[in-house]
Amino acid sequence: MFVLVVGCGRVGSAIAKSMLAEGHEVSVLDENPEAIALLNRGLDQSWEDLGGSYTVGTALEIDALLAAGIEQADAFVASTDGDNTNLVIAQIAQRRFDIERVVVRVLDPGRAKWYAQQGLQIVCPTQTAIELLEAAVRGDVAVEGVIS
Amino acid sequence: MYILIVGAGKVGWNLARELGEKANEVIVIESSRRRYEVVEEELEHSIQYGDGTELWVLERAGIERADLVIAVTGDDEDNMLICQMAREKYGVERVVSRCNNPRNLQHFELLGVKPAVSATDLILRLIEHEVPKYGLVHLLDLKEERLEIIEMEVAEGAEADGRMVRDLNLPDGSLVISILRDGGGFVPTGDSVVHSGDEVLLVLDIGLEESVTERFAGRAAPAA
Repeated sequence: MFVLVVGCGRVGSAIAKSMLAEGHEVSVLDENPEAIALLNRGLDQSWEDLGGSYTVGTALEIDALLAAGIEQADAFVASTDGDNTNLVIAQIAQRRFDIERVVVRVLDPGRAKWYAQQGLQIVCPTQTAIELLEAAVRGDVAVEGVIS
Repeated sequence: MYILIVGAGKVGWNLARELGEKANEVIVIESSRRRYEVVEEELEHSIQYGDGTELWVLERAGIERADLVIAVTGDDEDNMLICQMAREKYGVERVVSRCNNPRNLQHFELLGVKPAVSATDLILRLIEHEVPKYGLVHLLDLKEERLEIIEMEVAEGAEADGRMVRDLNLPDGSLVISILRDGGGFVPTGDSVVHSGDEVLLVLDIGLEESVTERFAGRAAPAA
């Protein structure tokens, strides 16, 4: 499938790399031209030589989304460092481009919960951490190594 | 009326002043500590410090009983989400949003946030209106009704120049509603003659713009 990842930080770049390694077509959009370094890091060849694409642009600019291939995307990942940006672009992907699989990273548990009820697939690292830490404190789970 | 304003920049602060004087209950939310402290000297208990995109901050400010929510931060994504949550989560009947980048108006529309007011867009429209050489002016767009009202200057040598309104051969779904000439204006009849230099106002179905305007433009109209 064709995966479009918007926001190339730690999270976005890691998802992009593993999707490419699994044989999917992957396109990454970020406003920072330097962020491609995160994609190249630890690879034998460059991200683009391996077949990945990288577009520099702002997530809210339709032209940037089109250049990154949003019309072909089967899956869309919103992983910029802004919760509100992620929630807006995810809705654009879902409503305007009819992408079926849209996943969104939202740090604030409050907004994450409400938008999940509205039909967005949301991953909230904060909420996940809270639940895991609580379970570890109670002794319900034993944490070994790093759970990230 | 209880009015909640998010963003205490120039727009938010002045709105709070004006609306507060009209005997409304107004609360402003500001996320920058420094700005909050400046504005708090004047607005006192009418301003609260916090990120107005966080639910608990909105709830602390009483969004559930707000009659009107105005989102005027400098960030379009924030304004969109504040208004979307106000309407859909908290059942606020009326929202008004500022749109900083007019290219984002389409996103406001997509999320059902209206009205979204773009100062840049308003100024562009004023420029269109004040600078007649700019050509076609959109006076009013009734999107839901699928109608628009436009103003055009009749160019010299245009197809319409010297013709009676009834002979303009305008497509169905368009109508000349006024002719502006020599500082005055009138509602034309079929016998009224259109001259170059006149400004004509037309109401038309969306989509007819091109076929209507070509009748009033010069034969070899330069690109606008």
